[in-house]
Amino acid sequence: MGFCGTLRPGLVQLRVLDLDKTLSFYVNVLGLDEVGRTPDGRVMLKTYDEFDHHSLTLRQADEAGLDFVAFKVTDPQTLEWMRDRTEAFGYHVTEKPANTDQPGFGKRYSFRICTGHVFDIYSDVQIAAKTPQIKNPDIWTTPPRGMKAIRLDHFLLYGPNIAEAERFCKEVFGMYVPEVCNNADGSRLATWITGNNKPHDLAFVEYPQPGKIHHLGFYLEDWKDIGNAADWIAINKLKLDIGPTRHAITRGLSIYFWEPSGNRIEVYAGGYAAYPDNPQRVWDASQLGRGLFYYSGEVIPSFLEIVT
Amino acid sequence: MMYRITVRETGESFPCQSNEFVLAAMIRSRRGPVVHGCCGGGCGVCRMRIDSGEYEKIKRMSRAHVSEDEEKTGLVLLCCIQPRSDLVVSKAGRDLADSKAI
Repeated sequence: MGFCGTLRPGLVQLRVLDLDKTLSFYVNVLGLDEVGRTPDGRVMLKTYDEFDHHSLTLRQADEAGLDFVAFKVTDPQTLEWMRDRTEAFGYHVTEKPANTDQPGFGKRYSFRICTGHVFDIYSDVQIAAKTPQIKNPDIWTTPPRGMKAIRLDHFLLYGPNIAEAERFCKEVFGMYVPEVCNNADGSRLATWITGNNKPHDLAFVEYPQPGKIHHLGFYLEDWKDIGNAADWIAINKLKLDIGPTRHAITRGLSIYFWEPSGNRIEVYAGGYAAYPDNPQRVWDASQLGRGLFYYSGEVIPSFLEIVT
Repeated sequence: MMYRITVRETGESFPCQSNEFVLAAMIRSRRGPVVHGCCGGGCGVCRMRIDSGEYEKIKRMSRAHVSEDEEKTGLVLLCCIQPRSDLVVSKAGRDLADSKAI
């Protein structure tokens, strides 16, 4: 159980330019399992260690980037309550009926927030055909592949008016904000938001263009697996952005790179245990280099400028 | 085959193999305006115009950055094309300063 009605980000739909080549990356390099395909040719994927039907959908499109992110909430009552709270907050909510564009998923409510991103919420989803064991369980049933991604962990979104987005996540999702970065005038430059013990379920950076994604983050076990991921990046000649390194913000161990359609991926391990009663950590924008890349203390331009 | 890529604004040039993406050669040589990018046709940072020469589009380019009409006029993402002759390229990127977070 999370600390609030919102359990976790449970589903992301990404646009890719070359479906076959990009799918091969997600399956053979990142290590996800293909769950199935929709009638219109989208591909559903999950990690070996996730229970729900799928957590990532790839859609071939003319542009790379993000279609929507979806959050799983605890139960149908919370879902209805959150729908009403979202409307009251000022975002128009539409309903996506069960088992329509995302097989296995129950009814979802969908709305666009101020940053231009489409958020969905849902409470019901089928358990996948292939899940981790639950009775005297082994750590896996078939050996994890490639980078051995354990779970869809978080995402960083770029868009305008992130102070409002942060307030929405607190007031409607019931989340809290373990860490922030402020400009000299006190306005938010970046915010890290969670509904559980993870340092972040999602993060925002203030940016003039709406609806952009900076990266999608998958969880690995430890520092050794970050090094393993670096080997897979090199062997497959993927474009590295930065790392292996450590964030001071979240304390995560990390490496960033681009998948074949140009969406940035982070594989991440560690991070502190967040608690809603702990004081908020606050970074000055002038110190963001140390916050992001603790060892070098410097932000590289590609990390700030490139989004899809 | 090895071809020569010339940047019109600066006159600088660098070599590029026929089986190499132009952006990869530009980054390696440090003789062009683009020094990084997603290298997958998605982010648009390496958007430039081909003023002269032949090239082959190997990868799809995001329509968020190069429309069909623009593509016909020689606008490309350098990470998606390989040279088939010497090329002259010129700047066509949108000003990233407009969209920088910091």
